[in-house]
Amino acid sequence: MKLYEYNAKAVFKNEGITVPEGYMAKTSAEAQKIAENMNRPVAIKSQVLVGGRGKAGGIKFADNPQETFKSAEILLSSHIKGEKVKYVLIEEKANIKKEFYVSVAVDRAHKKPLIMASAEGGVDIEELAENNPEKIIKYNVNPQDDFLPYEGREIARKMGVESSLISSMGGIIWKLFQVFKKYDANLAEINPLIVTPEGIIAADAKLDLDDDSIFRHQKMMDLDEYESEEFAFVKLEGDIAVIGNGAGLTLTGMDMIKLNGGEPATFLDIGGGASADVIKKALDLVIDYPPVKVIFLNVLGGITRADDVARGIIKALEEAERKIPLVIRLTGTNEEEGQRLLTEAGVSFETSMEDAAKKAVTLRNSF
Amino acid sequence: MIFLDKDTKCLVQGITGKQGSFHAEQMLDYGTNIVAGVTPGRGGQKFGPINVYDSIEEVTEEMDVNASIIFVPAPFAKDAAFESIKHLDLVVIITEHIPVHDSMQIMEYARKKGTTVIGPNTPGIISPGIGKLGIMPTHIFNEGNVGIVSRSGTLTYEFASQITGAGMGQSTCIGIGGDPVVGLDFSTVLKKFEDDPDTDYMVMIGEIGGNAEEKAAKYIEKNISKPVMAFISGTTAPPGKKMGHAGAIIEGNSGTAESKINALESAGVQVARKPSEIINMIKEFK
Repeated sequence: MKLYEYNAKAVFKNEGITVPEGYMAKTSAEAQKIAENMNRPVAIKSQVLVGGRGKAGGIKFADNPQETFKSAEILLSSHIKGEKVKYVLIEEKANIKKEFYVSVAVDRAHKKPLIMASAEGGVDIEELAENNPEKIIKYNVNPQDDFLPYEGREIARKMGVESSLISSMGGIIWKLFQVFKKYDANLAEINPLIVTPEGIIAADAKLDLDDDSIFRHQKMMDLDEYESEEFAFVKLEGDIAVIGNGAGLTLTGMDMIKLNGGEPATFLDIGGGASADVIKKALDLVIDYPPVKVIFLNVLGGITRADDVARGIIKALEEAERKIPLVIRLTGTNEEEGQRLLTEAGVSFETSMEDAAKKAVTLRNSF
Repeated sequence: MIFLDKDTKCLVQGITGKQGSFHAEQMLDYGTNIVAGVTPGRGGQKFGPINVYDSIEEVTEEMDVNASIIFVPAPFAKDAAFESIKHLDLVVIITEHIPVHDSMQIMEYARKKGTTVIGPNTPGIISPGIGKLGIMPTHIFNEGNVGIVSRSGTLTYEFASQITGAGMGQSTCIGIGGDPVVGLDFSTVLKKFEDDPDTDYMVMIGEIGGNAEEKAAKYIEKNISKPVMAFISGTTAPPGKKMGHAGAIIEGNSGTAESKINALESAGVQVARKPSEIINMIKEFK
């Protein structure tokens, strides 16, 4: 679960990391009011979860409340890379002397937290990693040990930070690691981390929390960003809905559609052990998604039972308000019973994923 | 066969739970050497022919045991994993949705203790003819000489059932798990297959996200002489969207199917574009 910048900054501030003075607004009138109270030049930053906001025109500057109103009006009625802007953050405009980069992330390959820091912040870190990897300091933390402030100072020194800033920079790295650990983050990132006459300030904040740890961070469920998901459901550009059990099989179902010249409209993973009810809900979801013209349901049951799947299909078809052709691949645990139920209900099915995918595309092309 | 062989003696953590009891019975039916169950507070109970204990320490005092399979719910899985890593050589963690910070700690402790961890978020391991430590349906497997290693559960079933359907079989099939942090990497498993006299061919099933497949490609080029065939799912997945479990996401330029397929092909691995192609590839080697 990714947090909006203003929520991430609230978390960072709470852990002792300095952030610019700023307030969230939902309307342009609220934005104007905030600017009046702050009484100085401000930045108006659209709050979105997609990356590359600045380049996409999501940040504006204003010298007075009227300009703030106008900029907020524009941002709040726009989309940034397809995401609707619901909030803006009105923030004091900082006096930037220098920009750093610092992040803590889960390093899959080493199975440990990884701190990355650079004295060249404000840029796309992936580009920097590609072109000047020596300018990024990388430091793995042992997940069973304490991470101490001196380690933050060692990283700051390797970054090339001047002596007068070593302690505060080391302190920020240490505090960011505390955020990462305390909140079960996948990623905690400050880019840019700016040096100003008043000290080092987190000008931006990214915080991506591990969805699987939400049970020990109940308060986070109250945030607007939180969505409880029954399915892994992703909407795509095409018109053939792909449903499967398990991420790998569902992804492969999409690939087989594409290989035959079709375009997937959904990725919907019903997971393991889905009941008839869950199957019906999954089918209802894609039937309700207007671009869908054909449904490809691909199930190879392990803990999912083919007879449960068949019951869900039959119920969904009976009650569906929109009739959409459905191509079914159904094998695995209890397949005899599942296939018998479908045959009795007059519903045809395939046993090979590849044949079924081909059939779905042919069907799509027939109208 | 690898990891799971005739010397494996396994206990089941969480044997009295809904998942644990159902799958313990299935594993016993398949002939797996399950020697004990562990559920704190249920010591002294019976599970079929098996005794239930309060702790693993107690089991180790009474009998020979070297492996565990964990069905404990995610919030308690770290505790269960540490308990088994302390005492045993092989730990299979079936549990899904374990916090990734817990998984990092589990893997660090396992590294220290020299314990092999399979999972989390895995269907487990099966060596047809010997047994299974996992939740996979057994009828799609058959004794044979193809070793399968995969990040995805149901895709493992897809390949295993096609191999079985073509009259061949498997030495061992391992799901290394779909999470971002898991115990085994592809290279470790491929090395085991390389040294395993029962395995003549290897099938590696990867998917988008991370760089495990690219690392494996480098490893194969230098260290593996037996034929390896691969499949990568997610060729059509768009970047930045989480596809199912946490592992399958393309971030920035890394983790694309294209990058993985290229790395594998330049390492001399044949990469199938659809599962059925694997069968022909194996037959051509024969």
